[in-house]
Amino acid sequence: MQIMADQDTCVGAGMCVLTAPDIFGQNESDGRVVLLVRTISEEARASAQDAVDSCPSGALTLVEPDPS
Amino acid sequence: MTDSTDPDGLAPIDLPIARECPFDPPAELGRIRDEHPICPLHYPDDHLGWLVSNYHLGRALLGDSRFSVRHPHLVIGDGYQNARLEDLVDREHPEMRVGNLLEVDPPEHVRLRRLQAGYFTVQRVAEYREDIEEIVSDRLDAFEAVGSPVDFVKEFAYPVPSLALCSMLGIPAEDRERFERPTAEVADFGTTADERIGPLRELFDYAKRVVDRKRARPTGDIISELIQGGQMTDDEIVGATSFIFSAGHETTATMFGFAAFALLSDRSRWEYLLANPERIDNAVEELLRYLTIFHVGAVPRTATEDLEFEGVRIKKGANVTVSLAGANRDPLQYPEPDVLDLDRDTGRHLAFGSGRHICLGQHLARLELQIGFRALTERFPTLRLAVGTDRVPMRPFDVGAYGVDSLPVEW
Repeated sequence: MQIMADQDTCVGAGMCVLTAPDIFGQNESDGRVVLLVRTISEEARASAQDAVDSCPSGALTLVEPDPS
Repeated sequence: MTDSTDPDGLAPIDLPIARECPFDPPAELGRIRDEHPICPLHYPDDHLGWLVSNYHLGRALLGDSRFSVRHPHLVIGDGYQNARLEDLVDREHPEMRVGNLLEVDPPEHVRLRRLQAGYFTVQRVAEYREDIEEIVSDRLDAFEAVGSPVDFVKEFAYPVPSLALCSMLGIPAEDRERFERPTAEVADFGTTADERIGPLRELFDYAKRVVDRKRARPTGDIISELIQGGQMTDDEIVGATSFIFSAGHETTATMFGFAAFALLSDRSRWEYLLANPERIDNAVEELLRYLTIFHVGAVPRTATEDLEFEGVRIKKGANVTVSLAGANRDPLQYPEPDVLDLDRDTGRHLAFGSGRHICLGQHLARLELQIGFRALTERFPTLRLAVGTDRVPMRPFDVGAYGVDSLPVEW
């Protein structure tokens, strides 16, 4: 699984950092999401999904990697 | 499909705000949520809008970019006085509208929020931990100095967030009074527009003096850096400062007092915290959900076009109020929602709102509450109410943030 963050949508709420601090950080200047990893391991999948669901702006998505 | 102008639609309701029990939203609100989670709402100024009162719709609405925060019709207070206050600001004090995040839409909102959000990230806020721990420790020393019983609101709930704000903003602790009193006066919807414009102006003028001082002599804090960054106009910086002063203390103070009341009103709750200090962070989330101090809801959102929201036609200009209290007590989201279960996994509550206007200072509020209750349980494990639960003075219902007026405690 890959985690995607839409920087235009992100409001810098930081809920992802609170939910999954191993996967997400926040940009120091404007608070927007910084992805600490791109690929989400099976073990981290539940917490990544939790962060996606917690995002108040809908900026995060989990996607299956493109097979090509 | 229903429509506010459709005679076959639901009859508009008035927002129920009078509580039967201090901790629970009105039973009527629960009935409305469970039967008609989106329902026509009659506002005090006779505006006809909508009430959204369950979790799913509430979160969807607050995240819907077709709604604006400009010129809301308030759901509490006297309709005439509210409108008159808005008119007074527009005509005589237009600069007070500038820079307030809760009064602007994108693209201004995006720009202003990004300039400030870096100061309120999870990591940045964590840097204030030691300062806040020291402030909390000093207040608990003051408890001992004053002696049992003390008013928790006066000696702890207000001083902690206010002094934390003074420390963060690099202003003298004595300045507390300069933002605390006018903020409280503005929040009192039982007064007239003429009575509210004075403290509103006073708070703004105080923020202006602070900004002028920082411009002359920067002190390495948020305000100084916003000035030096040169990306906000002078009016925007004063507006943002004024907003941080009011939003940065009153909310957390109200939550501290109300949460302490909830914890001490049932000994098993306090004992749970004593026995499970590692669960305090989670308990704070559950208290935020259960108490939802913004009991009347989020700032009303205005439809910017004729639109359809979840099968309901909403006309351009109509206001929609999201009942945060209704959403946070939604049984579809939280099993047994009316139970304060400090052990429950309380994720994703709407106590801080949702969408692009979600509380900028939420991580600071969390940290203060977590540090505060941890220190209280450590130093005053025998803390208890000094009066019966039915004798605790509550605020009137027509306030933005509901909670206790004072809370006598002893140990």
